[in-house]
Amino acid sequence: MRRIGVFVCHCGSNIAATVDVEKVVEAAKTFPGVVYAADNKYTCSEPGQEAIKKAIAEHNLNRVVICSCSPRMHEATFRKTIADAGLNPYLLEIANIREQVSWVHTDKEKATEKAIDLARIAAAKAAKDEELFTSTIPIEKRALVIGGGIAGMQAALDIADAGLQVTLVEKESSIGGKMVMLDKTFPTLDCSACISTPKMVTLSQHPNIELMTYSEVTHVGGYIGNFEVTIKQKAKFVNHDICTGCGLCETKCPAKVTSEFDQGLGKRPAIHKLFAQAVPNKPVIDKNSCLKLTTGKCGICSKICPVGCIDYEDKDKEVTKKFGAIVLATGYELIDWTKLYGEYGGGRYDNIITGLQFERMVNASGPTDGKIVRPSDGKTPKSVLFIKCVGSRDVNKGKSYCSRACCMYTAKHAHQVLEKIPGAKAYVSYMDVRTPGKGYDEFYMRTLEDGAVYVRGRISKIYPEGEKLISLGEDTLSNSNVTLETDLVVLETAMVPNPSAEKTAAMIGVGRDKDGWLQEAHPKLRPVETNTGGVFLAGTCQGPKDIPDTVAQASAAAAKVIGLLYKDELETNPMISKVDPQKCAGCGFCIEVCPYGAIELVDFPDRYQGKKIMRKVAQVNGGLCQGCGACTVSCKPGAIDLLGFTNLQILEEVDALCR
Amino acid sequence: MRQITLGKEGVEKNIIQTLQEKSGVRLSDCYQCGKCSAGCPVAFAMDLKPRQLIRLLQLEQVDEVLKSKTPWLCATCQCCFVRCPNEIKIPNLMEAVRQEAKARHIIPEKDIDKFNNLFLKNVEQFGRSHETFLMGFYNLTTGHLFQDVGCAPKLYFNKKIRIRPHVVKNKSGVKRLFQKTIEKGAK
Repeated sequence: MRRIGVFVCHCGSNIAATVDVEKVVEAAKTFPGVVYAADNKYTCSEPGQEAIKKAIAEHNLNRVVICSCSPRMHEATFRKTIADAGLNPYLLEIANIREQVSWVHTDKEKATEKAIDLARIAAAKAAKDEELFTSTIPIEKRALVIGGGIAGMQAALDIADAGLQVTLVEKESSIGGKMVMLDKTFPTLDCSACISTPKMVTLSQHPNIELMTYSEVTHVGGYIGNFEVTIKQKAKFVNHDICTGCGLCETKCPAKVTSEFDQGLGKRPAIHKLFAQAVPNKPVIDKNSCLKLTTGKCGICSKICPVGCIDYEDKDKEVTKKFGAIVLATGYELIDWTKLYGEYGGGRYDNIITGLQFERMVNASGPTDGKIVRPSDGKTPKSVLFIKCVGSRDVNKGKSYCSRACCMYTAKHAHQVLEKIPGAKAYVSYMDVRTPGKGYDEFYMRTLEDGAVYVRGRISKIYPEGEKLISLGEDTLSNSNVTLETDLVVLETAMVPNPSAEKTAAMIGVGRDKDGWLQEAHPKLRPVETNTGGVFLAGTCQGPKDIPDTVAQASAAAAKVIGLLYKDELETNPMISKVDPQKCAGCGFCIEVCPYGAIELVDFPDRYQGKKIMRKVAQVNGGLCQGCGACTVSCKPGAIDLLGFTNLQILEEVDALCR
Repeated sequence: MRQITLGKEGVEKNIIQTLQEKSGVRLSDCYQCGKCSAGCPVAFAMDLKPRQLIRLLQLEQVDEVLKSKTPWLCATCQCCFVRCPNEIKIPNLMEAVRQEAKARHIIPEKDIDKFNNLFLKNVEQFGRSHETFLMGFYNLTTGHLFQDVGCAPKLYFNKKIRIRPHVVKNKSGVKRLFQKTIEKGAK
């Protein structure tokens, strides 16, 4: 005998203003199986929950329907409420009369009618609710961090410091990411390398951290608590177990190519460390530029290596490891402005560089030993123009979003020009100055004090004239057209997601937004989680941000990982698919549609024409199944049911609506 | 449309420097919020609003600023300064611009300049302003002979103005004050 209780929530005036709650209660009393119905100002509040518990006890209710907000909001709350009252928590149905009724309708009469319909459907479904029980699965107590920039390093260190094992995978030959390329960091102007390289060393020596540089994740399987990840270790052609990192090979290597780390401003040998303080501080051979590997003629590094660690026969290796949680910290790249901004020369003029090139230039260990020079002739510029929002806030040519860090690093760049070149002029073309951070606006004001001139308007065209670059813009503050004659132009270009993130995200099943940034589960309340259980986000892979925000988010992601991995077992969701082997025809169609790879065909003993036979039937792996229901609709014989959303329940709902 | 060229060598940076030193204003302090211009009681008559004048100085457009009527129209009421979020002493800046312009014989508001001179002469002579003299001489020197003359009898009978100057007790003290100020300015 079903004894259903219906509880209708006012949600203050959120629901009650558009829905006649009393009418819904009266209507609910007439639904089949309903023995009790009541309303409440705030059902989710303490008194509201107590009222439910009291009603369950007094009226001996065994199914509960709550007409309130979206189940995403309070399903967990109310499951706990009825569990406290002694009911199985899955004997609960929620009719969403807020997001789907009161918030989207204005006509009170029609809205009330719809609310009653939704309540009736929920009551019909509740009548067929069965008790469900969670099970537990063991958790692999090891975390994987993908990306070795400041976000990945911070997350890995925090997790490792909590006593858990971490594997850090980095695609370059050294960890450090973008931060080690920078010279100074705003707003305190501490040297970027001085604060990041100690972290790199700590990380490489941490007993709980396994560092895998020059490696990429090629396959991710499994589920929260039990991911199976295949990592490809690219051939380094240098045996790092014996290499002492003396650097002799680098000095003798005859193959010189453009340095990616120096943003194309310098050269590097084919056998190289990423930069002087690289961790691990041992070289790798770039197989595309090594003469021995491309032409077969050279081998100098092998001859001069004092310990004989060069191995031209080295091959890519693949290892598969198990992890309980994954932190994505794949970072950003800068937008390629040369393809987008023809009006700025599209890369034809040497003296137009990007902000990251400027960072390498001004960095004491960079290609110019810290001197700001014009790439065309090596002369010191007497005037420099910085252009903000190149690619940012430009729907036509670039991205609609603000890249967040540029306002501050532009102020820093202008400050550095005025500090390093006596008598120099620094101009900044800008639309807004956005400095929302501790000490940020003060930093910007200090740059103005230093003498930087901010011209409010976008530059529309840049062309060379003699040795100078002429930039045409407007100063909207003084209502004048401005012509800027400068020796160097620096474009502060937009951040875009690292291109490798797309593949990695697809492998793990993490969503991406319209611009390709990895999607967090909720922009405000679950900023580091993803919609895939056990996968977390840290740093700029989620959206543009500066170093302080990146580090904060990385630590937040680490806290989530620690919280997950400190449990010994994980409760599984019981609302998963179940196959009735008697009905299953073994067609395997469900296997193809399952996005989680949770279904497989297994042998099933059966009888056919009086004889015992073995036939193939589908079986669901409870750990992998996320309860999406794709298999149930694909199953032609109707052998698969999603527990909590059975075919019978859906039909009952349709019946109730048509009644 | 005004056309500005930036980045050229040999701009009169020293004038900007002098203006900043004389007025005690740091031009970079202004973030162009416009509160000064919004509250200025004479902004309606200005060719450049106080905010625009500062902006042009930030962009080193000295010539246009020196030719502007704005510093001459400024009544030094201090309204802009007391409301400025960055505590910029705009009236001091206006005074500095006025002096700099006058030194170059750029006087866009000649009557105002004459009035200023007469007023100071008056105070130097009598120790305080003598309105009758001031009004009379102002009308004579500017050539607006009958400007506001109709008001004179009413003012006289209401004892707002008088024929004889009212002299302060320590007249020589005021004179000394003037001398010292002039000496200081000459330095």
